[in-house]
Amino acid sequence: MVPLVRRAMVEDERLLNDSDFMQGFSVAQILPGVLAINTACFVGRKIRGLPGALVCVAGAALPSFCIMLAVASLFGEFRHVRLVQGFMRGAAPAVAALIAAAVLEMGWRGLDTHGEIVMAFLLAGTVIVFSLHPLWAVVGGVAWGLLRHR
Amino acid sequence: MIVWELFLAFLRVGFFAFGGGMAALPLIEREVVTRHAWLTSQEFVELVALSEMSPGPIGINAATFAGYRAAGVPGSAAATMAFCLPSLLLVGVAFGLLDRFRKHSMVASLLRGLRAAAVALIGVAAVSVVRTGIGDWFAVALAGVVFFLVLSKKVDPVLLILLAGVAGMAVYR
Repeated sequence: MVPLVRRAMVEDERLLNDSDFMQGFSVAQILPGVLAINTACFVGRKIRGLPGALVCVAGAALPSFCIMLAVASLFGEFRHVRLVQGFMRGAAPAVAALIAAAVLEMGWRGLDTHGEIVMAFLLAGTVIVFSLHPLWAVVGGVAWGLLRHR
Repeated sequence: MIVWELFLAFLRVGFFAFGGGMAALPLIEREVVTRHAWLTSQEFVELVALSEMSPGPIGINAATFAGYRAAGVPGSAAATMAFCLPSLLLVGVAFGLLDRFRKHSMVASLLRGLRAAAVALIGVAAVSVVRTGIGDWFAVALAGVVFFLVLSKKVDPVLLILLAGVAGMAVYR
């Protein structure tokens, strides 16, 4: 979605230049929340302040929201149909594999020191084994980052 | 009342979803399955599958779906808005600050920790979906094939889910 935002804002509408966009995008990655929404927030704010941010977020979220409403209500109607259940039973392992693949790819590209890789394993392992609130992974990551700094 | 609880739940998720929508999945699971029991863990896997298959950011899709299942259209609106609200607040507050200090070494260490946490969160999501979604040897095989195809052949994820679903229709009759 982000390349589409860039093309619309930088190339088509010329509301931002590339370096502004890249700066916004890199900070949008750091902040919590959906990347596309954070990027939309930044773009809107840069162009028209808070009203701009509101409009951009609404625009970025509304299509998915509408499509997902349709999907959820249709699925609610048909989830007891045998074929639909079969479909979901097949889709579930595929989704599991896709998320596992995402972990590998993110770890591969995003983590550049051995310390980070070990830490990601430790954090995930601790949360899973002790069924902790996943928030503890964030707390642990931040604590480790700060401790390492000293 | 459920609508208000949904709003608060997704506000919490939104504030701590470091690493984007997929990293938010275990936080969403904690709220909607463990804490409020709006969905069973089986239904949560369905949520993840449908959110990934539909166009748009997976986090927004998941919030909309969970909200709808818990409290209909008002629920989905509350969940989705609450999920976006932290972005609006934080972009205003943190943007200037983060950008000014990102070269600072303490901020760099902090970001390194957050990056590890984001990967860990997605790992937690993966384990949870594996636990609920893979129940027999056919599912194990299907997951193995999908894993291989997406990593080494870069096949489109949505296509893979659709094909796996069709295989499921044929096998689980």
